[in-house]
Amino acid sequence: MCLSLPARIISIEGDMGQVSVGGVIFQAGLQMVEGVRVGDYVLLHAGFAIEKMKEEEAMETLRLLKEMEDAINGSDGDEVC
Amino acid sequence: MKFVDEFRQRSQTESLARLIAEAATRDYTFMEVCGGHTSAIHRFGIPSLLPDRVRLLSGPGCPVCVTSADYIDRLIALASLRDVTVALFGDLMRVPGTLLSPAAAVAEGADLRVVLSAHEALQMARSDPRRKIVFSGVGFETTAPGTAVTVMQADSEGRDNFYVLSAHKLMPPAMEAILKDGTRIDGFICPGHVAVITGASAFDFIPERYGLACVVTGFEPADLLMSVLMLIRQVNSSSPSVETEYSRAVSREGNQRAQAYLTEVFEPCDVQWRGLGHIALSGLRLRDRYRRFDAGAAFTVSLPESIRASACICGEILRGVRTPPECALYASQCTPEHPEGACMVSEEGACNSWFKYRHDE
Ligand code: SF4
Repeated sequence: MCLSLPARIISIEGDMGQVSVGGVIFQAGLQMVEGVRVGDYVLLHAGFAIEKMKEEEAMETLRLLKEMEDAINGSDGDEVC
Repeated sequence: MKFVDEFRQRSQTESLARLIAEAATRDYTFMEVCGGHTSAIHRFGIPSLLPDRVRLLSGPGCPVCVTSADYIDRLIALASLRDVTVALFGDLMRVPGTLLSPAAAVAEGADLRVVLSAHEALQMARSDPRRKIVFSGVGFETTAPGTAVTVMQADSEGRDNFYVLSAHKLMPPAMEAILKDGTRIDGFICPGHVAVITGASAFDFIPERYGLACVVTGFEPADLLMSVLMLIRQVNSSSPSVETEYSRAVSREGNQRAQAYLTEVFEPCDVQWRGLGHIALSGLRLRDRYRRFDAGAAFTVSLPESIRASACICGEILRGVRTPPECALYASQCTPEHPEGACMVSEEGACNSWFKYRHDE
């Protein structure tokens, strides 16, 4: 039940939307997310979109991960942090 | 899947595991308090990627596991009334009450139906105005705003056949209760989806008052390992704080719209947690203005006496004092097919996760 998954909004009608989680379609209440549009990714939890996913932040975390990976692979044995 | 696959690359997990091994210079115990984390940790085999010095413990964050038998009894009693249907999340169906689980009660004629959301329960009330629909409101800060939105909708359309039996709970007071109870850990893997709503700042009291490390964490392998590394670094540098690894969904202040719905409809109250006992101001009940939707007040039911004695040690597992294999019933009398305690029922329960993913160890 605690599962929340990133879902893409595929249509909006009033404060309800249809969202796709990897191709499976669900209904989602959109009352908690402001100004979302078709194509946006939201976090779906128990039938409600509870937050908009932040693309930039996701990229930033991935960049950090990549940096760590490069550091450890590029400098075997050297200090990495 | 976007925002998922990118955090599941093997090369990431391998480098993070190496960094953790290098950083771990002493023994560490971290607790994850979200059932979603418990399940992800075991599913992705995270413990096998960590050095022995780093131990992960499960806390009380599976809403199904901490729901009292009394609440289950009440749902069944309501669903046994002639004109009442109880709408509940599927995870609750097999949780043992005092005498029966909801699934067993259905077999005896009680009207309990599985829904995916509070909204679906309201829809049932709309389509059959003669039946009274009771929605079982279970879950933490993540789920409760959805219940709140739905109650406000029912209110605005003047619905008189929709009710909520709230077992909604708040996570930070439970984390504090565990610490006061003496559970010894070095830090928390803070619940990512609770924090989406509350904001990371809801956990500030933990480093401030208890000097423990906190990282708000996502649910993919890279998220979990990255957070363990961040926790270790906080401990090593003796600088406990609340960091957010799961920044693609969590902000400092949280989802304020959701918070507004929550406070409009609910107020904190004292409640009983299965295994943890009574925790002050850790539950949510409907405010006076919405009291007419409260199934607890609207219906009178009689409940079976709590006589059930069991060797189940769920309570100690939920506090992180013991692990599932230490339970005498684990994997013998208690299995996912024949659960003795709630921790074995729920996908997010510690016993269930151990049984499914680590039983061979
Ligand atoms: S293994 Fe079963 S009986 Fe033992 S603590 Fe877990 S749920 Fe309870």
